[in-house]
Amino acid sequence: MYAQMIKSTGKTVKSLDEMDPQERAFQERIDAGGKIEPRDWMPEGYRKTLIRQIGQHAHSEIVGQLPEGNWITRAPTLERKAILLAKVQDEAGHGLYLYCAAETLGVSRDDLTRDLLSGKMKYSSIFNYPTLTWADMGAVGWLVDGAAIMNQVPLQRTSYGPYARAMVRICKEESFHQRQGFDIMMKMASGTEAQRKMAQDALNRFWYPSLMMFGPSDENSVHSAQNMAWKIKMNTNDELRQKFVDQTVPQAEYLGLTVPDAHLKWNEERGHYDFSEPDWEEFFDVLNGNGPCSKERLEARNKAWDDGAWVRDGLMAHAEKKKARKLAAE
Amino acid sequence: MQNEWPLWEVFIRGQHGLSHRHVGSLHAADAEGAIKNARDVYTRRNEGVSIWVVEASAIAASSPDEKGPLYEPSNDKIYRHPTFYDIPDDAGAM
Repeated sequence: MYAQMIKSTGKTVKSLDEMDPQERAFQERIDAGGKIEPRDWMPEGYRKTLIRQIGQHAHSEIVGQLPEGNWITRAPTLERKAILLAKVQDEAGHGLYLYCAAETLGVSRDDLTRDLLSGKMKYSSIFNYPTLTWADMGAVGWLVDGAAIMNQVPLQRTSYGPYARAMVRICKEESFHQRQGFDIMMKMASGTEAQRKMAQDALNRFWYPSLMMFGPSDENSVHSAQNMAWKIKMNTNDELRQKFVDQTVPQAEYLGLTVPDAHLKWNEERGHYDFSEPDWEEFFDVLNGNGPCSKERLEARNKAWDDGAWVRDGLMAHAEKKKARKLAAE
Repeated sequence: MQNEWPLWEVFIRGQHGLSHRHVGSLHAADAEGAIKNARDVYTRRNEGVSIWVVEASAIAASSPDEKGPLYEPSNDKIYRHPTFYDIPDDAGAM
């Protein structure tokens, strides 16, 4: 998802009887649906895993501005441009809500930024794909934000209070993102032959990368079991992927577009669609920094950080000077 | 990276005559910048009519470990709740 392949530090999930009283009280609180707040006691593994997950989620929102930012100056109408600008601004906001949640766990914003810029921390694989045409803005909103919502809605119930509250805010705003994407797809799909082809091409390119967003099957993963026990992961990757496919296929049909999967078929018995797995080798390759735009994305973030240094330093120097003057006058 | 802007906690008053409520935090060089940033980060959809910002380091907070000694004194004072008193229906609305 926006946070893929989050490894927890727990080796196996401990039973309540194996825990010391403090950890047991912590786990029982989570089991009872209680929230953990910043100053509460928590196992070190819980803290570290959450920093990794929320940090990766935040980085995804920030890097996620780039593929869409690419089209702001080239949106087809002023209205589309204003909408896209507002959406990209929302992504920046979502990144900030999440950084602020991560910081309550004792990590600094600059540490997180440094780890993103050095490539030590990851962001979602999806943002390493290029956005080649205007129809990609439709596909990103419809599919990428659609997949994100699928993951984020259950995270509103996650055990860590600040993370859950950030998710509530994000989910409220995210729904506009998906709808504006679908709106673009509707327009393109019912437009000229060239526009329809563009919409189909965008779906072709974004379908499998969107399925990859949920991460590989994790049914037997130790990390996944621990993260679910801690309620920082609410569903398995396969559950969410299936839900996404079931929801999206009828929407593609509505648009008159074809999902690029010859094996896609409604399975009456299961009550779900059967579908082809994405190429997981490609996924790991992209996650390891070898995606089509990986280098470009990190370079863009590094450049923004470096180019902004004088502004950050200047404003800080000004604030300190003002403070000193005020103190002197008192 | 050594010059990180301080962290500010943000409180927003919604439009319905409510108190200011904590909504999150952000970084800014000074209070003025913090209010401007809070406007952009936390009120993009008319969520507020008033913003308070305070440097996070200026907040004193109770510790979760003191929960017992801090709140227990009120636990046994159930007479502070109206339901403690048995008033006959005949007395009318009260």
